[in-house]
Amino acid sequence: MEKDKSIKRREFIHTGLRLALGFSLAGVAVAAGRKSTAEKWVWQIDPAKCTQCGRCATECVKSPSAVKCIHAYDLCGYCDLCGGYFKPGVKQLETGAENQLCPTAAIQRKYIEEPYFEYVINEDLCIGCAKCVKGCSSFGNGSLHLQIRHDRCDNCNECSIARSCPSDAIKRVPASQPYLIKGEFIKPLKG
Amino acid sequence: MKNISRIFLSLIFALTLFQANAQQRFPKPEFETGYVQPSPTTPEPRSTALEYTDVLVLLAALSLASWLVIKKRSRRGILWLSIFSLLYFGFYREGCICSVGSLQNITLALFDPVYKVSITVLLFFLLPLVFALFFGRTFCAAACPLGAIQDLIIIKPVSLPVWVRKTLSFIPYVYLGFAILYAATGTDFIICRYDPFVGFFRMDAPYIMIVIGIALLILGLFFARPYCRVFCPYGVLLSWMSKFSKHHMSITPAECISCKLCENSCPFDAIEIPEDEKIRTPKTLRENLKRFSLFALLIPVWVFIGGYAISSSHVLLSRAHPDVYLSELLIAHPEMKNDTKNIDIKAFRESGKTFDQLVENAAVIRTKFRIGGWYLGGFLGLVIGIMVMNQFLFRKKEIYEPHKGDCFSCGRCMSYCPVEKLK
Repeated sequence: MEKDKSIKRREFIHTGLRLALGFSLAGVAVAAGRKSTAEKWVWQIDPAKCTQCGRCATECVKSPSAVKCIHAYDLCGYCDLCGGYFKPGVKQLETGAENQLCPTAAIQRKYIEEPYFEYVINEDLCIGCAKCVKGCSSFGNGSLHLQIRHDRCDNCNECSIARSCPSDAIKRVPASQPYLIKGEFIKPLKG
Repeated sequence: MKNISRIFLSLIFALTLFQANAQQRFPKPEFETGYVQPSPTTPEPRSTALEYTDVLVLLAALSLASWLVIKKRSRRGILWLSIFSLLYFGFYREGCICSVGSLQNITLALFDPVYKVSITVLLFFLLPLVFALFFGRTFCAAACPLGAIQDLIIIKPVSLPVWVRKTLSFIPYVYLGFAILYAATGTDFIICRYDPFVGFFRMDAPYIMIVIGIALLILGLFFARPYCRVFCPYGVLLSWMSKFSKHHMSITPAECISCKLCENSCPFDAIEIPEDEKIRTPKTLRENLKRFSLFALLIPVWVFIGGYAISSSHVLLSRAHPDVYLSELLIAHPEMKNDTKNIDIKAFRESGKTFDQLVENAAVIRTKFRIGGWYLGGFLGLVIGIMVMNQFLFRKKEIYEPHKGDCFSCGRCMSYCPVEKLK
């Protein structure tokens, strides 16, 4: 009899605590659920905030980094003397490695017509160091800028570049609009 | 009225256009050859639908694991399922998102007014806990990639003395507390940052984390599942749920005959051994009850000491936040304000914020740490108090049973049971 009683009491306490745990779990679920979205979130660089510090190249968990330079062609002046391509003060506008700003020669210079040149990024070579971005924003239109490439990004729970970004330029954006490409801010999106 | 607003709107429009053009140092080229500019490519991220598939896979893995442990009682099934989870959640999904880390997202969502959390992340957080509440830690048994990688390499587990285990079991509470404090203040996600195994899943990690990961795996050959038992902060929540779970696995399928065969079968020392009846004389029981009540009364003291200790070290703790760190650096070395080498200082100068704003913001964050420190310290004090108190709690154990909180439901012990063999 005595034993039955103690077992019953223990079961009663256990059931009570189980209910309490269940309710607190439901409470957390409701509270967090009210701030939840059906859509997933991905990391992206806001080019307006980026200060081209160069940490994107080193802080990403991927090596080479999932951050690449992209070219908003729409903003580009197609200059012969490109601030993003050539080192400052080059004597001749030649494509020799000694003249190039990019440490991995990831920018291809392509002649279009007099006097225009197109600059195309080879993403397999680009390491996201932002040297060209700095050059382009200092001397040009700022059409070269950094973006997180989602075919390479692991979408870590906490982006390790975001943690060390000095200018808070990396934020989460909804996966349906995963890029913040310059120019698209200014002109309305097509379609 | 309509006209005025229209003029006004077009004025604004013209103004924005002008500003947009003002950024353009070089005009847009007009190609004579009819060349058309390409537009930048935008590779899509992994689709949201696939994230929901992950949730379904997790749900399926948890259901299967619970069925395998409780109904089927198959260690082999659990083993294969854990290999699948290691391959899927570990190597294929590269360890993100995982339930362990998701607790930080939930914390941040609860504390940060603007932070949004995806439903898939919320489900990753909730599902294992709900399952633990009903079936025990079946998540640890077969659905957690971090658990699986350690479980597969257990070679020769050694048993540790009880006092060492009890002391070590306090660490996960500390880790959980600090993870919540740092997530709630928006400082850092320390669980993800110091995840020792994600580097293996991605075949890429900072050097120090690779070293720690390998060290933990080597340790895991002899001290089974070191991360789960000594560090895992999510394991704390799971053990709370599991302790009061409705249908936890049992070692024997029928009645325990106390044959002692399973006694050493658990690599995690999670089997509770029936106590010798002789030590339970009325005298020792009375003594214990006295001590139990004494330590129960001491709990508020523990809570206060803990709260005071952590809260008074809030200045040190808050230094992990970049704003606090920068403001303290600039206060200590005012001459660094014009440093061109320091990236953080340079970026701060270019951001246009004033020094006073930075100091003010740092003060706000420090206050959060002071208040959070009281909660964290109080919580840790409470845990210590209860742990000490429980030393004198006698619960009659007559049969061999897994400790419901510590048991990972891996099912190793089941095959040691002779009753099982007879079945």
